[in-house]
Amino acid sequence: MEAIYLDNNATTRCDPAVVEAMLPFFTEHFGNASSIHAFGSQVGKALKKARGQVQALLGAEHDSEIIFTSCGTESDATAILSALRAQPERNTVITTVVEHPAVLTLCDWLEKEGYVVHRLRVDRKGRLDMDEYRSLLNDRVAIVSAMWANNETGTLFPVLEMAAMAAARGIMFHTDAVQAVGKIPIDLKNTKIDMLSLSGHKLHAPKGIGALYLRRGCRFRPLLRGGHQERGRRAGTENSASIVALGKACELASEHMDEENTTVMGLRDRLEKGILSRIGHCFPTGDVSNRLPNTSNIAFEYIEGEAILLLLNRLGIAGSSGSACTSGSLEPSHVMRAMGIPYTAAHGTIRFSLSRYNTDTEVDRVIEVVPGIIAQLRKLSPYWTDDGPAANPEAAFTPTYA
Amino acid sequence: MWEYSDKVREHFFNPRNSGPLKDANGIGDVGSIQCGDALRLMLKVNGQTEVIEDAHFQTFGCGSAIASSSALTEIIKGMTLDQALEVSNQNIADYLDGLPPEKMHCSVMGREALQAAIANYRGEEWSDDHEEGALICKCFAVDAVKIADVVTANHLNTVEEVTFYTKAGGGCTACHEGIEEILAGIKAERAGPGEVSPPLVSPVPAAPAAPVSAPTAAVGTPTPSRLTLVQKIRKIEEVLESVRPMLQRDHGDVELADVQGKTIYVTLKGACSGCMMEVATLGGIQQKMIETLGELVKVLPVSHMPVEA
Ligand SMILES: Cc1ncc(COP(=O)(O)O)c(C=O)c1O
Ligand code: FES
Repeated sequence: MEAIYLDNNATTRCDPAVVEAMLPFFTEHFGNASSIHAFGSQVGKALKKARGQVQALLGAEHDSEIIFTSCGTESDATAILSALRAQPERNTVITTVVEHPAVLTLCDWLEKEGYVVHRLRVDRKGRLDMDEYRSLLNDRVAIVSAMWANNETGTLFPVLEMAAMAAARGIMFHTDAVQAVGKIPIDLKNTKIDMLSLSGHKLHAPKGIGALYLRRGCRFRPLLRGGHQERGRRAGTENSASIVALGKACELASEHMDEENTTVMGLRDRLEKGILSRIGHCFPTGDVSNRLPNTSNIAFEYIEGEAILLLLNRLGIAGSSGSACTSGSLEPSHVMRAMGIPYTAAHGTIRFSLSRYNTDTEVDRVIEVVPGIIAQLRKLSPYWTDDGPAANPEAAFTPTYA
Repeated sequence: MWEYSDKVREHFFNPRNSGPLKDANGIGDVGSIQCGDALRLMLKVNGQTEVIEDAHFQTFGCGSAIASSSALTEIIKGMTLDQALEVSNQNIADYLDGLPPEKMHCSVMGREALQAAIANYRGEEWSDDHEEGALICKCFAVDAVKIADVVTANHLNTVEEVTFYTKAGGGCTACHEGIEEILAGIKAERAGPGEVSPPLVSPVPAAPAAPVSAPTAAVGTPTPSRLTLVQKIRKIEEVLESVRPMLQRDHGDVELADVQGKTIYVTLKGACSGCMMEVATLGGIQQKMIETLGELVKVLPVSHMPVEA
């Protein structure tokens, strides 16, 4: 039985064409792009091509607006720290409670360093309150950083509108688009977004390569200083093989953009409907009508996510969960908690994230086996009786708090 | 995914004694839905002999919570209540060939459910004295509550001291920032509102210049005057005696090997030898030696002793 990979928001398989494109840069094209000789200049040309491919996918006006980095996390940190350093008279960051740790943990640290951080809250569907946002925009704000698409639920934030509102007040706008790039069309030249982070391994390029889009004219301070690579905006000899790979992956993503929003979305919808119609006491989380085409996050009540994943894994199916156990903390996912999902459901959330490599047969198989797994675990649950949740689950089982 | 032993997997995939138990006469409900673990243990106890004739569980939780519950019911079936009360969380973990550090709390929950169920059978009130905090040190499975307790009780000031008392921080060092935060928080509390550092200052890498006071009474006060060799060795033995219980708790031990000038050679035994903690343990012992002897000494493992010609 072939394994079924439904964890593409965690990372993706490299496209074979991407691997093929990058391999020569380990062997014959090993040169350093900064060198004058032929070894170097070949690599220099390849980097230029890759930059153009990334530019095209993002709809950026100039290829020099693309800075290659080592990952999405680096791009996020570069953007936020740059905005603070370039504008020492501004001390405030606006972000959201549901960001990826790449932004949230950085902001927690900035707060300890004395900066002011506002974290916009979300409603039960993971949506922002735009009035709250508007009320926080003032001249103390150095940067707004809001994710384009949420990695757990796929929920999209109205970043175009938010960027325009920030720009109107002269405030820089950054978006962590690590999950959005390659899945939804993006045309940066027609937006007010100043900075955008992306990461290669979410769009079928290798791990350890990312990019930061930096709008021409946006004030900038580098994170890494040293050589003149990336026009001095990110020092360090270029990871040429991976940059070439990212370029190729961006080209392929443009080609597959329609497929992503028709075929992949169709598979996702069928998977979700199939599960919801066969299993009681479960519901999709996030803003279901406004989300990435590939993501479905379902909360299964009265059972715990890691247990579900282990049983899925035994059948060769890979997903992920927002349970405390899998997040490595005592609390379930901050995204689920922010949306006010009750604990009895938050621990049982499972994210299925698809890609263009998934098939109809795979979706059928998952729909077929998930009901059995859920039933098996509910049989063990103290919140569950023979055929449904205990009459009043929260009251039927009230453990001594340990 | 966690590194689960085959035994854990086996008990998770095929849990024993799961589901409600008819005519149970002792029931223990423990856990916290917030943390994602909750367990109901049901016992059928023979009223005459106090033997646990049957035990079932229902668990809301992860793989190791379910496996721990299953293991617990297997362990206690056939035991008398008094025997069952001797079962520790370590017994449960050992039965499963070990649990990852992040998951040890699952076995703790099992033991608590057992206590609660027995209390319920006996008509007693059971209250839980165990409080769990966020896991700070993953290398040694030490949580925030434990660190804060030890810091407060022993007036600790540095990460090194915390490592000596709890092991936390003695491995990969990733948790040092977390430990520093706990130390800074407790220090701020001790200092009172007047002395709290202003918010704009970066977090304090707590490392006071002042020498640290001897933490336990058993160690005695620093003696600045010269000691005879016999007195010195006696003092050294005293220090080793005072740290021994802590090492033995982790199945280790320490012996004095030799004293050569200002260098004390010791043999670390059992779990301590060769473990990541060796350096931290020796560092801690050395600090105590310096305080007790009132002079600068070095504590080294016996393997560092120069070979005699
Ligand atoms: C929304 C979001 N931002 C940032 C990252 C971090 O990207 P990277 O792993 O490349 O550092 C991720 C990946 O998990 C993500 O989903
Ligand atoms: S996490 Fe504490 S030493 Fe590794």
